[in-house]
Amino acid sequence: MALAFDEYGRPFIILKEQEQKTRLSGLEAQKANISAGRAVSRILRTSLGPKGMDKMLQSPDGNVTITNDGATILEQMDVDNQIAKLMVELSRSQDYEIGDGTTGVVVMAGALLEQAERLLERGIHPIRIAEGYEMASRIAVEHLECIAQKFDFGPTNIEPLVQTCMTTLSSKIVNRCKRALAEISVKAVLSVADLERKDVNLDLIKVEGKVGGKLEDTELIYGITVDKDMSHPQMPKQIEDAKIAILTCPFEPPKPKTKHKVDIDTVEKFQTLRQQEQKYFDDMVQKCKEVGATLVICQWGFDDEANHLLMHQNLPAVRWVGGVEVELIAIATGGRIVPRFQELTPEKLGRAGLVRERSFGTTKDKMLYIEHCANSRAVTIFIRGGNKMMIEETKRSIHDALCVARNLIRNNFIVYGGGAAEISCSIAVEAAADKYPGVEQYAIRAFADALDAVPMALAENSGLQPIETLSAVKSQQIKENNPHFGIDCNDVGTNDMCEQNVFETLIGKQQQILLATQVVKMILKIDDVISPSDY
Amino acid sequence: MAIEKILKDDASEEKGERARMASFVGAIAITDLVKTTLGPKGMDKILQSTGRGNEVTVTNDGATILKSLHIDNPAAKVLIDISKVQDDEVGDGTTSVVVLAGELLREAEKLVAAKIHPMTIISGYRMAAECARNALLQRVVDNKENAEKFKSDLMKIAMTTLSSKILSQDKEHFAQLAVDAVMRLKGSTNLEAIQIIKKPGGSLKDSFLDEGFILDKKIGLGQPKRIENAKILVANTAMDTDKVKIYGARVRVDSMSKVAEIEGAEKEKMREKVKKILGHGINCFVNRQLIYNFPEELFADAGILAIEHADFDGIERLALVTGGEIASTFDNPESVKLGHCKLIEEIMIGEDKLIHFSGVEMGQACTIVLRGASHHVLDEAERSLHDALCVLSQTVNDTRVLLGGGWPEMVMAKEVDELARKTPGKKSHAIEAFSHALVAIPTIIADNAGLDSADLVAKLRAEHHKEGCNAGIDVISGSVGDMAELGISEAFKVKQAVLLSATEAAEMILRVDEIITCAPRKREDRM
Repeated sequence: MALAFDEYGRPFIILKEQEQKTRLSGLEAQKANISAGRAVSRILRTSLGPKGMDKMLQSPDGNVTITNDGATILEQMDVDNQIAKLMVELSRSQDYEIGDGTTGVVVMAGALLEQAERLLERGIHPIRIAEGYEMASRIAVEHLECIAQKFDFGPTNIEPLVQTCMTTLSSKIVNRCKRALAEISVKAVLSVADLERKDVNLDLIKVEGKVGGKLEDTELIYGITVDKDMSHPQMPKQIEDAKIAILTCPFEPPKPKTKHKVDIDTVEKFQTLRQQEQKYFDDMVQKCKEVGATLVICQWGFDDEANHLLMHQNLPAVRWVGGVEVELIAIATGGRIVPRFQELTPEKLGRAGLVRERSFGTTKDKMLYIEHCANSRAVTIFIRGGNKMMIEETKRSIHDALCVARNLIRNNFIVYGGGAAEISCSIAVEAAADKYPGVEQYAIRAFADALDAVPMALAENSGLQPIETLSAVKSQQIKENNPHFGIDCNDVGTNDMCEQNVFETLIGKQQQILLATQVVKMILKIDDVISPSDY
Repeated sequence: MAIEKILKDDASEEKGERARMASFVGAIAITDLVKTTLGPKGMDKILQSTGRGNEVTVTNDGATILKSLHIDNPAAKVLIDISKVQDDEVGDGTTSVVVLAGELLREAEKLVAAKIHPMTIISGYRMAAECARNALLQRVVDNKENAEKFKSDLMKIAMTTLSSKILSQDKEHFAQLAVDAVMRLKGSTNLEAIQIIKKPGGSLKDSFLDEGFILDKKIGLGQPKRIENAKILVANTAMDTDKVKIYGARVRVDSMSKVAEIEGAEKEKMREKVKKILGHGINCFVNRQLIYNFPEELFADAGILAIEHADFDGIERLALVTGGEIASTFDNPESVKLGHCKLIEEIMIGEDKLIHFSGVEMGQACTIVLRGASHHVLDEAERSLHDALCVLSQTVNDTRVLLGGGWPEMVMAKEVDELARKTPGKKSHAIEAFSHALVAIPTIIADNAGLDSADLVAKLRAEHHKEGCNAGIDVISGSVGDMAELGISEAFKVKQAVLLSATEAAEMILRVDEIITCAPRKREDRM
């Protein structure tokens, strides 16, 4: 315990209420941290790859999630340990940055920690290990660039993109119809992509789901869906060539922000007020009609009276549309969001070829489709599936696929999947290790071993002999000097990933290695853990 | 070094075999729970709610049973979810879907015990499900062209659906009701237009379909009880006092006389509103909101029937059937569409007075009045009828029809068995298991009817070996019978949904190898 005494023998208090805190320091702390980190990665290990298993998570409220997306599992796991939280963060940042490979990054970090533990036992200083890892990761990332291949695609040639998305989707439960979903994702991304600037705004792609039907019924809608129906049951259900007024003001008399009171003390005032009120409603509806709108989309509600007046004027309206949807509708239809009735002009109306209401199943669920918009850049992926969990999982899978497609548009370099890239890096790092004098050499070699963990886990999950398979592939790569060989997870018969069309994005892989190294470095540098132990 | 605790207190984690076992056990327990309700001789369950009053529900509808259960097992929740979706999507087959998924898992458990990897089982199941669907597709009957035949198909489907419910005694009567109601919809699946009114008293046989529209309301005092050639204004407006909607307005007076004046003005305003409404030339006024005594009196003076406080659905339906529009302002009477009907009168069902609109313009909507001995019976009758209506309305859209009584399962099982024989590798075990699971359904139906299931199913299997056979289980006579002759049919859409969602759910549960349960949120004890 950290105790110090002054010349009279009284203890200095360094940590407040020391007895109530647990403290781990030195090698002990590092080992505890490493084992926590490894425990997390062990949970995810079995989810890796096309034959990976799912995890069932029950939330505090009893809702069930079934997924094999690393980021989702960790986020919902209710993790308490500090180091484990770091791993959760790690997977989350991979999710934000790249969107895919969230499981791989954690498995990688776990393997690095495992190797580090062995080195620590041999008495190598953690900082030296961290430095060695850093060098090794640089070598690996550079090597990835060497083996990466540029591949071409264009708006007409989407096949390569589809293949890459299929690799991502094959590890999910939706792999039954991965081809269809991959095509949907690629088409969605391409239709919103800015190929000149090489950028994709994924906000323009909305992923909606509705329980029921089959997974195969999932469709791509060139337009927007809104989970609302017409405000009046008797309004028309289908509008062609709609001109849409997008309003963020309610169909109600104005509510000035300043506090005021209108006092009524005479009968005349009472009557004028009433007329005033009616005029408000009339004016509002008239205004919309005058500018030529054929559909009103409102972020707020309307009064019954306004509703009827709209109906009366044959002006269909949708109320209580959410803020995000309003923005999307505005983008898609090329309209402007109008905050006040006075500012409504014909130019500010959005245009859509077809607006229709569709109902599903036996319950009266209705959705509004806005299609053939003026600006076809906003699209919606509409997912159907047997149950709620299926839909949620499909949403996550589609998100991953979208991210992959986006990454490829940003940077069209790919590496081969199925562990091929990792094996190749491992060989390169191993070879480079001998050139470094000093203790770091051991760390670099350990890094090379850690890189093998991903293909090893892949082989294990696919029911293959992990060590046998890995060493066979490795020797094949060295013999033929060809970085395309990986683990044949699907039992196709060849382990040439080029033939199997298993690709991953270069930036995704690089990011995985960099992020994993960074977190491991951080964990290694901790040598003191102080936590309150009040429970 | 001890493994650090990563999860929070109370959170638990189950891995590998244990996790799989937990989900199998949960799923199979749920299956066994609802299993006995399957088929025409299935039994009912009593459900007692934990809420106030400990209400009791007696039902044999799978979705209703499962919805009311409080389950902690995550795998069981998946099954409950699929049953709910089945209910929303096609309305019937809620028990079958759970039973099939449970049987699939039961078979999978054996395979896992025999050291076959879950992923292999899944791929086998997928192939089998695809094959089974194709087998069904080949044998469907589509009578879309022939209206007469199609109607008899619908009738058969309705009878088959109803035969497993409480209504089975009067199934012909109710099947006729349901078919008539659905035929009136003319292809729309909007079941909203069919109103079901439950009135205790009488017997189930006294239930009837009314072509008009019945509103469960009373006619205001002193107003005519019978109107011919009614012109109806359907409104949604405040008939108490019109609130001033301008924000911040309030009434402030300094003397009593002013209060009187304002009151007078208010009354005047209401009188004017009523006058405007009268200006539409109507003789019946239906409002969604309250009508206060004062305007009611004015209406009575004018000899107009005023109905207050109709519920929202009622208003929508009324507007739909009479062809009027729901109005909220009354300034320009010439453009408001009024509803019409031939006759409005007060009728008595049991002891209650209801308002009956007959001779309505649009024949789409109709009302089914259910009579029965008790609330429980009525509730269950409504659920059964709802199932039948759902299935029928879906069948009108997708006119493909299959035979019932375990026939589709046997057809699928036969094809799947053949596929198993052709498939090399471990998958073939999974495919075979799928066919076992399919056969389990007729077995359960027979068991529930107290028949010798092993004998019957074996006979059935032998029958099905012949080409184009129509054999299924005839529960009434307790033997194998020709389903086409017995007139037992099911909708293809329902069977397909059962097959696909059950496979999907089984797959989902099989893929799990770890269950992580978060610490339950602390709740205040209610008791």
